[in-house]
Amino acid sequence: MLEVKGIHFRHHHLEEDVLRGIGFTARSGEITTLLGPNGSGKTTVLKCIAGFWKPQRGEILFNKKNISNLPYEKRAKMLAIVPQEHEPPFPYSVLDAVLMGRVSHVGLFSSPSRHDYLKAEEAIEAVGISYLREKAYTRVSGGERQLVLIARALAQESPIMLLDEPTSHLDFGNQVSVLNKVRDIARQKGLTVLTTLHDPNMAMLFSDRVVMMSMGNIISDGTPDSVITEENLSRVYSIGVSVINYNGARVVCPKIRNDRD
Amino acid sequence: MISTERSLVFHTEWWKRLKGNSPKYVLILISPFLAGWFALFIGAFNISPTMVLKILFNEVIAPPHFLDIPERAIIIDIRLPRVILAGLVGIALSGSGVTLQGIFRNPLVDPFILGISAGAALGCALSVGFFPQLPIQLMAFLFSILAVILTYAVGRTQGEVSRLPLILSGVIISAFFTAMVSIVKFLVDPHKLQSIVFWLMGSFSLSDWRLVKIAGAGITAGLLPVLLMRWRLNAMSMGEEEAEALGVNVKRERIMFIGASSLAVSTAVSVSGIIGWVGLMVPHLVRMLIGPDHKTLVPLSMTAGAAFMVLTDTIARTLTDFDIPVGIITAIVGAPFFVYLMKSGGRESWKK
Repeated sequence: MLEVKGIHFRHHHLEEDVLRGIGFTARSGEITTLLGPNGSGKTTVLKCIAGFWKPQRGEILFNKKNISNLPYEKRAKMLAIVPQEHEPPFPYSVLDAVLMGRVSHVGLFSSPSRHDYLKAEEAIEAVGISYLREKAYTRVSGGERQLVLIARALAQESPIMLLDEPTSHLDFGNQVSVLNKVRDIARQKGLTVLTTLHDPNMAMLFSDRVVMMSMGNIISDGTPDSVITEENLSRVYSIGVSVINYNGARVVCPKIRNDRD
Repeated sequence: MISTERSLVFHTEWWKRLKGNSPKYVLILISPFLAGWFALFIGAFNISPTMVLKILFNEVIAPPHFLDIPERAIIIDIRLPRVILAGLVGIALSGSGVTLQGIFRNPLVDPFILGISAGAALGCALSVGFFPQLPIQLMAFLFSILAVILTYAVGRTQGEVSRLPLILSGVIISAFFTAMVSIVKFLVDPHKLQSIVFWLMGSFSLSDWRLVKIAGAGITAGLLPVLLMRWRLNAMSMGEEEAEALGVNVKRERIMFIGASSLAVSTAVSVSGIIGWVGLMVPHLVRMLIGPDHKTLVPLSMTAGAAFMVLTDTIARTLTDFDIPVGIITAIVGAPFFVYLMKSGGRESWKK
């Protein structure tokens, strides 16, 4: 269980706090989504949890233990991060790319062992991209590359997985299939998954809990049905929305003014 | 969980992969020995290949003066130290080149990018020009290390040393040191100027066993840590943030890689002068042949570098009656090679 308490953060050259007292809980086996517009601070929260930025105030606990000040190697054993954008420097094979997830398990002066290779293969299998094993990961599609990065995070064997806008560069079909995969993996492996998403519909479909943010504050925190409401959305995104019930599912629709009326 | 049957399949596939499922790996691995053997029987005084093997065998197994023929002196006292020195320098340049290419995520980086060659040049120029009591090798070595340290110091912005500032800093320091070299060249008499220019071109004509020992020590000390840590270059090439997220202590490991490879290259440059292109071309070529995984790329770049250096040095000393500085040969080979690379599938090796 990942607990975030009272996080205040500002960039050292700026006056204003970007995050103002952020706190929430993410549970294992569940996907917790940070939802909000650009500039709401959701990526900042992720970077603070990941350890890239240090919050001026606040605590980050996993299973009651403080994880804010861990050295790189120990932190990597707790947290795995799937980046939003990734520019491959060299055409590594998918297997070699996923194997890099094992860095925190391999000694400084060693190379990966058979066990590490097996773990990488398992991760590739779990994500469903075994058919891409030997292919250069520069030559796979955007959606497939995202899956490679997810497999790499999985190979790290860390209980927490952070995903930063994992679907913003993907087409509609890939968005759905990638998020589906992430949810399956979270359930199967009991991972604590924290992701940022900007599409309320995706958040609705794939989250177990939603934390809605706006301008550095948390507006609402709870199940998708309770958080993603017309009132919250129109307030946070400053546009009119309707939330429609269809066949037991809820769908968010922006209200578009029709000039022909 | 994975069933035992599947784990057996994984095991065999992994093993096949590790052993290198093509003869390319083995060939590149043994190439320096083939090149070395070739270099030993080619020369102004031709010796048959089998005689070379006999002499070497004798040297190792039997007492030294058992086979007292003139060929033995040529092989053991003249050619062998030269071949070994060329091999060592090739290993250093290529090993360092591949390491820096991984760290800077750029296959167009060479081992001199952080100022080593400019530093060595200044050391040599000062030694020849003003301090003849201090040996060239020592001065070249000290000043090349100084250049790297300065590059690192200048490259620190806000306590962080990241890739782009480091490269820019290398350019600045190199330019500064090169300007100093020009001043020295301007001030000294023509005879000394000629010595400086000649040394800078890079050559193995003054090889002896003493230099082999020095080079062996420095280059091994420098490259052994790099060889052991080579797999982590994969993660480091992912960029600072991602590498840190994976568990790499980027600051510490980058200093280790750069420090170790600088030691090796400074040693190499101090015994042979500045030999360009090897550290850029060979890793690039090997990467094109066997892929970017540093676990295999680093050792094979090293052996290929050794073979390449031995072969070019052999060309340098046999092409004409006199000893052409080998740096000239590598430059002549280097430029067209890159034109070829750019025109053909070289794009594969970097980005998309």
